[in-house]
Formats: sequence, C-alpha cells, structure tokens
Amino acid sequence: MISARLTVNDEEREVAFRPSDTLLFVLREKLGLTGAKPGCLNGDCGACTVNVNGTAMKSCLMLGVEGVNQTILTIEGLKDSPIQHAFIEHFAFQCGYCTPGFIMNINSLLKKHPNADDSTIKEFLSSNICRCTGYQEIEKAVKSLLKINREDKAGLQNDE
Amino acid sequence: MLPYDFDYYLPKTVGEGVRLFQQLEREGKNPVYYSGGTEIITLGRLNLVETNAVIDIKAIGECKELTIKDQRLIVGSALSLTAIEEENVFPLLSKAASGVADHTARNKITVGGNICGQIFYREAVLPFLLTDSHAVIAGKSGLRQAPIHQLFNQKLKLQKGEFLVQLHTDRRFLTMPYVCVKRRQQWDTGYPLITVAVIKTENETRIAISGLCPFPFRAFEMEKAIQQGGPLGDRIQEGLRHVPQPVLDDVEGSSGYRMFVLEQMLQDMLRELEGNHP
Repeated sequence: MISARLTVNDEEREVAFRPSDTLLFVLREKLGLTGAKPGCLNGDCGACTVNVNGTAMKSCLMLGVEGVNQTILTIEGLKDSPIQHAFIEHFAFQCGYCTPGFIMNINSLLKKHPNADDSTIKEFLSSNICRCTGYQEIEKAVKSLLKINREDKAGLQNDE
Repeated sequence: MLPYDFDYYLPKTVGEGVRLFQQLEREGKNPVYYSGGTEIITLGRLNLVETNAVIDIKAIGECKELTIKDQRLIVGSALSLTAIEEENVFPLLSKAASGVADHTARNKITVGGNICGQIFYREAVLPFLLTDSHAVIAGKSGLRQAPIHQLFNQKLKLQKGEFLVQLHTDRRFLTMPYVCVKRRQQWDTGYPLITVAVIKTENETRIAISGLCPFPFRAFEMEKAIQQGGPLGDRIQEGLRHVPQPVLDDVEGSSGYRMFVLEQMLQDMLRELEGNHP
C-alpha cells in the first residue's frame, strides 16, 4: 500500500491504495465517489470516464498512482453544469448508467472544442457506449450547447 | 481491479529507468516498462501480464519530445496518440494513430505502447515503416539508434531491459502524398479488419499493412510487383501473391474476405495516389 495525495474535485485527499489499483477503484472504493461507473473494465464502454487535467480519461485504464499531481474531476465535481441541464432538457438518458461517463467526455469536448463540428462530436462520442441506445438525444444535447456557444459568440461580435 | 500487487516507479531520466530495471530484475521482480499502460492494465486484469514492478517512462523528458531537429522529426515514445493527432506535424502518423481504439482511450495509449504492444494491430508503426525511420532504444549500455527495419520484424525486437525512447523520421517524408485507410467489418466503431497505409515518395509507392496477418508489416515484395508496368488490376493481383503468411482467419473476417477487402482497398488507394489508371 502507498499513501498519496490526490486532487479530486478541487479537494486534496490523502488516500491509501495499492499501486496496482486503477483510478476507478480508488475513486469508488477509497474516496466513495461512485459517479464513475464500472462497466467493461476494459476501456471499451466509457462508463468510468473522468477528466484528468481537462482531458477525458477512462479511469479503468489508469492507475490511481498516475493521478498524483494531476487535477481530477469526476461527475460529483461537476455541479449544475450546462451539459447536465442539456441532458435533462433533451431526455439524453434512459437507464442512466452510462450518463456520468458521457457527461464527463462531453465536458472535455466542450472545453477543448467549444465550436466542435459534427466529425469532432462523433469522434469524441464514439468513445462511450449507451446500451439503451439513446445516442440521438445525447447528440441533440451536445449540439444544443454548441448552438448556444455559437449564438453567444455571434452576440459578442455584434456587441463589439 | 488488478488481481495482484506491483510496485510503481516513475524515473525522471533514461539512465534512472534503465538502472531501475536492472536492479528490479536482480531482485526477481520481473519489471516491465509502462507507458500508457492500457495493455498492462487490461491484460493484467485477466492475469495475462504479471509483474511485481512497473517502471513508468512518462516522466522522462526524451520520451515526451515532439520536435523537428536537424531535419528529423523526433517523436517521443510516451506521447499519447491524441497528442500526436492534435499537433499533426506528421499527417500520415496522425491519420494512422486516429484509427487506434477510440478517442478517450487514445488520450492514454501512447505511440510507443502501441508499437510495443501485444495486440497484433499496432497500426502506429506503419508510418515509421513507410518512412525508413530510426528507433532510439535505451538499454544498459546507453542509447542506441537503429533503422526500424532492423528492429521491427513482426514486432519490435528489444533486448531484456531495453525500452523505446524515440522514433526519428526524415523530415522530407512528412509532406509526401499518402493515403491511410482503416476498414472495419461493421460500422465505424467495430474492431478493425485491415489498415493499409501508402505513401508516394519521389520514385516509388510504398505500402504497409496491419490487420491482415498477425503482425503489421512493410510490404516490400508487394511494392516491387505493383511498381511494374501494366494495368493497375494486374499489378495488384501480382502484388497479392507476395502477401506474407499466415493471413488472419478469425471472427472479424475470414482470410478470403480479408484478401478481398485488401484488393479493393489497394485499387481505391492507388488510384487516389497515382491518378487514374486503366
């Protein structure tokens, strides 16, 4: 076991874990952050996606110890964000199991590509699987935010 | 969750990494170098990789370099595939990298990890095979550099305790015309069937293939056949006679289907690259 300091959702947490523990395991079993979901545990489904330094990461493909000195954001740290509202507004979930992973991936997408085109959206979203097949609604939720981004940008330009 | 324990080391220099390996090896810890680590984690979960110590090379500066120096592109082995795609200094490499796994996974998978991995696709090596790149390898006698064709025969042949530090590519290749296509049996996200990368240099067309055989390869013999005169279809038929064996025959595609797909891909790609052919 090692004891390490992890920065998760803007909080520094001292946590003891095995170096071979995945970040997913550390988040859920050691820090009680169960928002990242265990799905395939093989990097295929994306249900465990979190953000590390703003980049989407499958926490089942990362060791907890690799998270030291990094900024980790889980769904619990994403409070009242536009993408969460857009998911509600567009009914972008059914059973909800894949939802935290999708939202964290989209959160990274919107930060990195606030004006993402269709191919970039597809590129990002194909990292996650929704067994209820709610893909159209998820896509609509993403696009609704991109539309707002574009309108905001146009509004700012008009104001100038 | 991995069913076994290991110690984790994060060396800051090449020398420290190599020394750690020697020391851990002497201690009987069966160390492995760790870059993106995705394969070690996923295969480790199934007890298909076992180690008592991992040496993470991501903090070694040379392994994270991405720069052009002395007319050569230097690609550090611990760069993630998406980092390479985003920088896009070598468009053929970006294209080949973008076909690996999915976007989020590629945030973790590294170019060196893909090339040294056990999974047989290892598409990231194709651009380096096409461009006669050199690999920089670290071992107990220091750094050595060798042509990729010398080191990569079905897989990267490393001595015990060695690891891939960088890949060097002559700058002139970076802007040459290329086509790189990945075909899947189903949809855009299914498992890969075949990836073919083709580059047109000043005087020849070069071909490298992944997913056809249980290893990626540069198709030297096929290139020679395709370079001969005559209608494109005939040249491709002749080229297909030089495909190395065995051709994969699995649930993703029978060997016959793979050969059929390869033929169609070559038709389309060579037409695109060489212009119209009869």
